[in-house]
Parts: sequence; structure tokens; C-alpha cells
Amino acid sequence: MASSQVAIRVHQLDKSFRLPKYRMHTLKERAIHPFRRHRFDEFHVLHGIDFEVLEGEFFGIVGRNGSGKSTLLKCIAGIYRIDSGTIHMAGRLSPFIELGVGFNPDLPARDNVTINAVMMGLTPREARDRFDEIMAFGELERFADTKLKNYSSGMQVRLAFSVMVHSDPDVMLIDEVLAVGDAAFQQKCLDVFYRLRAEGKTIVLVTHAMGLVQQFCHRAMMLSGGEITHIGLPGEVARAYMSENFRDLTSDVRVGITAEEVRLTAAWMTNATGERVDTVAYGDMMRLHVAVEALGPIKTPGIAMWLSSEDGVRVFSAGAREDGGGLGDFERGERMEFSIEAENRLSAGRYYLGCTVVRGTAGLEALLFQDRAADIVSYGVSLDSLIGIDHTVSVTRLRAGEPVR
Amino acid sequence: MELELKEVRGPAAVSGSPRRFVNLTWLLATTDFKLSYFGSVLGYLWTLMQPLMFFGVLYFVFAFLLHLNNALDYPVLLLMNIVLFGFFQQATGAAIPSVVVREGVVRKMQFPRLVIPLAAVTTAAINLFFNLVVVMIFMLSYGVQPRLTWLLLPFLVLVLFVFTTGVAMLLSALFVRYRDIAPIWGAISQALYFASPVFILINQVLKGHPSLGRYYLFNPISTILQQARHWMIGGTPPGGSGVPVIMGGYVWLLVPGGIIVGVFLLGYWVFGREAPRVAEEL
Repeated sequence: MASSQVAIRVHQLDKSFRLPKYRMHTLKERAIHPFRRHRFDEFHVLHGIDFEVLEGEFFGIVGRNGSGKSTLLKCIAGIYRIDSGTIHMAGRLSPFIELGVGFNPDLPARDNVTINAVMMGLTPREARDRFDEIMAFGELERFADTKLKNYSSGMQVRLAFSVMVHSDPDVMLIDEVLAVGDAAFQQKCLDVFYRLRAEGKTIVLVTHAMGLVQQFCHRAMMLSGGEITHIGLPGEVARAYMSENFRDLTSDVRVGITAEEVRLTAAWMTNATGERVDTVAYGDMMRLHVAVEALGPIKTPGIAMWLSSEDGVRVFSAGAREDGGGLGDFERGERMEFSIEAENRLSAGRYYLGCTVVRGTAGLEALLFQDRAADIVSYGVSLDSLIGIDHTVSVTRLRAGEPVR
Repeated sequence: MELELKEVRGPAAVSGSPRRFVNLTWLLATTDFKLSYFGSVLGYLWTLMQPLMFFGVLYFVFAFLLHLNNALDYPVLLLMNIVLFGFFQQATGAAIPSVVVREGVVRKMQFPRLVIPLAAVTTAAINLFFNLVVVMIFMLSYGVQPRLTWLLLPFLVLVLFVFTTGVAMLLSALFVRYRDIAPIWGAISQALYFASPVFILINQVLKGHPSLGRYYLFNPISTILQQARHWMIGGTPPGGSGVPVIMGGYVWLLVPGGIIVGVFLLGYWVFGREAPRVAEEL
């Protein structure tokens, strides 16, 4: 954070949409129903939004679909009129909330860049002066005079992003840019983000990618139902987002399963301090618990727990047996809690806690099997694999003729 | 770098720096002009061909078949009238749906909303400029003597531009809510076409009822066309006279003048009132 100067100040912002129940598009309808106009459905989209973004700050806004993120962005950008409250801004804003707005497919890149840049607030002359630079950044030099309709969608985004970066605004509002473009371009965008961050630009980033929020943002804010529910450090906001995001999803998670001889009464997770949680950051300690009740005497029982990914791949499992974990025979009516403590090495996403109770030393007779007894969310690090394993990387250059050891 | 904290006032008809307003209007207008004949073989030539072809039709019907207005300068006058009225028709026709057509930009970007209808009128004005060059050439080759009052034509074009912009602002704002503006305006502009001295000249009106001339010229388009005729071509009175003479005094100019100013102010007011919500109404 470069300074304590405020770049954006939003104070007590309220915004609602009035959607007429009957949309009257013709004068005839209007003449027939002169009073109908006043029937509106009122949608209160944002209430009492109050926050500040400092100059040089990278500020993330997260929230589920329909939480009011985009409306807020449009209010800040001056596209929607707000109902009450105030918005203040220091410096020139990039007036786009989406890349490539106003591109005309029938015009070559050259003309489109000029139009886009002028919309950004440059003069046509400045736009022409920066044209080569813009095309070079987007790696589109060879297509300067190609009509935009012959561009691929990835090329169009590259062009639009280049124009935005080169039009040099003081404050940028960015809504999910990285969703498009190939990996190389995404990397380039990330590089630009690092550069902009280093240059002390003020950026408001709306995204669903918690990795980006944690990687770039100094602070973040979560919207839910048109209100700010969390504001603060990106890690906390990301956690709040993940737990909200997965909480309401319908899933087949069940406990209270009663088999003939054993009942699964509960399954849950706690964090390092023993609090009950449903999200866990990568690298943090997690403790997985299940509770069972024996409905009859069970000789030589075994119990196992595992975590499986969304598509059913078992990522990790552990268990207790009569011989291994000090588990004795179960009496009728006996209740027991089992837990496993482990460091979370799971790539960001949702995982299911599964549980089984078996009988016999070979563990072949399953008395109870529940694949999805609870769900948990890991966040923070998105890996290319399901789990991360401690490792070191080394590189050895071989001289000519030297054999591989 | 200390930047001043300024209030974001939300969308409006006119906002931000005037430079950006002008740049945007001009850029959108020239782009539309470039695109209007996109994909046609003759390209820009159509800008010039269109009024000429229309002129050919009218001239054939009225001068050749019906032997109306067989005055020496009728063809020149007819062409000039077609070009001037054509500007009004093209500009309003393009401006009315303009805000709705540019929905994508309106909903996604902050910029002064008035740019949109103004750019549509400006595109038509670029066409008008080229057409007037053709009219001039046609006049000279037809033997009309150049005169000093030709220099006054830009003033009339400006008045026409102001009137057209007023109509454009009013109708483009209303069109967002009431889509029937388009067919209604189609009928009205057709009526205006016959109520103005485009091909039926004021001579016809004055022949039957000389006292009607004044009321005929209450229509701003009539005023502009008649005065253009007087300054550009002249001719024998009463048909070639200036507007004040036909109306019987300069004071009567207040009526068409008032209509022009009134329409402009009304249009500006209505557009300004609708502009802040236009992104939501679309």
C-alpha cells in the first residue's frame, strides 16, 4: 500500500432496480392502462455499502452470483445512477467494466483501438501514437489491419486488455479478465498485475478466483445479498467466500445413517484450536471426526475415514483396527468418536469425508459405509494435482558425453 | 501524486471533459460514416449517388410528366431541397433507435449519453457536406451565378443542424420507453416532406392564397428551405423572395425561430431527464 490517500470512497450506497410488472413499450398499452406504470417490482440490490479503497491498493471484491458485485462496479464506474449515498473517486477511472466493449467487428484493429482508447479518455492522437505498443503487448503486430471479426475471441481479449493497460488510468475496475485467453496470456496478465501493483496503481478486482485474491489483493471484501459481510485480509475473505459458496450447494452429504449393527451419528471437522469449521486453508492443521454408536455387540471391529474429491477419487485415507489403533470390541449401546489430525495438503476445492465400519480382522464385512458423511472445503492454493507433497527440485546440467546417473 | 477526490455523479447526458465529449462524438460519427457503405462496390460514391438518383425520379415525374414548375432553376432547386431535407430525414431516422442500438456500450461503459444521438446527426451532417459540394457543382454547371449570399449557407445549415439535433434528442430518449415513436415519426416526417417546399414550391401556395405564405413558413423546415432558395438561387418574386418578405416582417421569424429553439430545449431537457436511467431501462 503506497499511501493512506483514499482513491475510492463509497458511503452508504443504496441501489435498487424497479422492474415494471408490465413493461409498456407502446403508447396504446399506456393509453389503455394509464395507471399501471406505478406497479413495480422493487429489487433492492445494494444496501448501505460503505468502504474505502486506498490509493495504490489492490482491492478484491468477491461474492456469489447475484450478490451485487457487478451492480456495485457499475455504480462506481458511473454507469448506473445510485439511489442514495455518495461515491468519490480520485483520478481518472478506466470506464470499462468489461473488456472489448464497443469493439466493432467490421472495423480493423487499428480503428477499434482508436475508438476504445478515446473511450478510455485518450485523445485520438495519443491513441495513434501508442498503437504499435498496444499491438506489441497483445502480440498482435501482424494483425494490425485485420478486421476484428477475423480475430479469435482470445485475440480480441488480448487487444482489449492491451488498450486498457496502455490508456494509463489511475483507477482500474477489472471484472474477471483472466477467465479468457490462453495460459501464456494469462501469465502475461499476471505479470502486468505485478507491475501495476509495484507501480502503485489502484485496482479493484472482481473475481471468483480466490487464488488471485490471496496472491494479489492487499484487502478484499465479500458481498452477500447486497451487503458487505466481510472486509479485511484476503485470506479471511477467501475463507468466508468458500464456506458460503459451498454451504448452500445441494449435496448428498448425510449422517445419521443407521445400519443393522452400527449407527453413524456425526461427521465434522475442527481446526487447530478445536473450533468446528467447514473450510481449511492449505497448509493448516485439520482434524476430521466421526462419531458412531454400536447398536449391538461387535467383535473385532475396524473403522476407516477418507477424503475423496468431487469426482470420487479417494485422496487420503486412514483408519483404526483392533490390532492397530487400540480399538477393542464394541459393547451394545457404546458410543465412540474417532478423529484424524493431518496437515491440509489438498488443492483448493470441495472434498468429502467418508467413513466405514467393518468387522473381522480382514475387514471384509462392512457394517456401515458412507462415502459422503460431511463435506469440507480447502482453499488457498490451486494445484495441478489433488494434493501437494513436500519436495525439492534440482537441476543438473550434463556436459557433453557425461552419462546420466 | 496527490489526486483530488471527486464525487462520481453517475451517468448523465453531458458529463466528463468536453474534449472527450467532442472526440467521442466525432469518432463515432466518422466511424459510422465509414461503415455505412461497408461492403458495397461503390462505397462513398453512394453518398452522392443516392440524392442524385432520387432527384432523377422526382424531376422525371414533376417536370417531365406533369410539367409542374417548369422554371429554369427548378432542377437545381429540387436537388438542393432534396439534399437539405434528406439530411433531416436521415439524421432523425438514424438517431431515434441509436441509443437502443448501442445498448452494449450504454450498459457497459460510462460516457456522456448525449454523444450517441449527436453522433448520428453528425454522421448525416458529414453526408450533407459532401452532398452540398455536389449541389454547388451542379449549380455552377447549370449556369447559376455565384453570389455573395452563398456564404450565408453555413448559417442555414447550422440552424437546420440545431433543429435536427433537438428532434433527435427528444425522439431518441422517448424511443427507449416507447417503441412506437419510430412508425409515428415515419408518418410525421412524410407529412413534413409534403408540407415543406421540397418539390412543391412556395409558388403553388402563393398562387392560390397569397396570405397563406406566412403560415406555411411557420414550419421551420419551410423557413430554412425557402431562405436557402433565396440566398442560393434567388429568382423572381414572390417565389424567390426571402422569408421576411413573404411573411411580412422580420418579427414573424420569431415563430419558426421559437419552434426551433423550443424543440431543441425540450429535446435537451427530455434527454437529460432520461439519460441517468437509460442503462437500466434498456
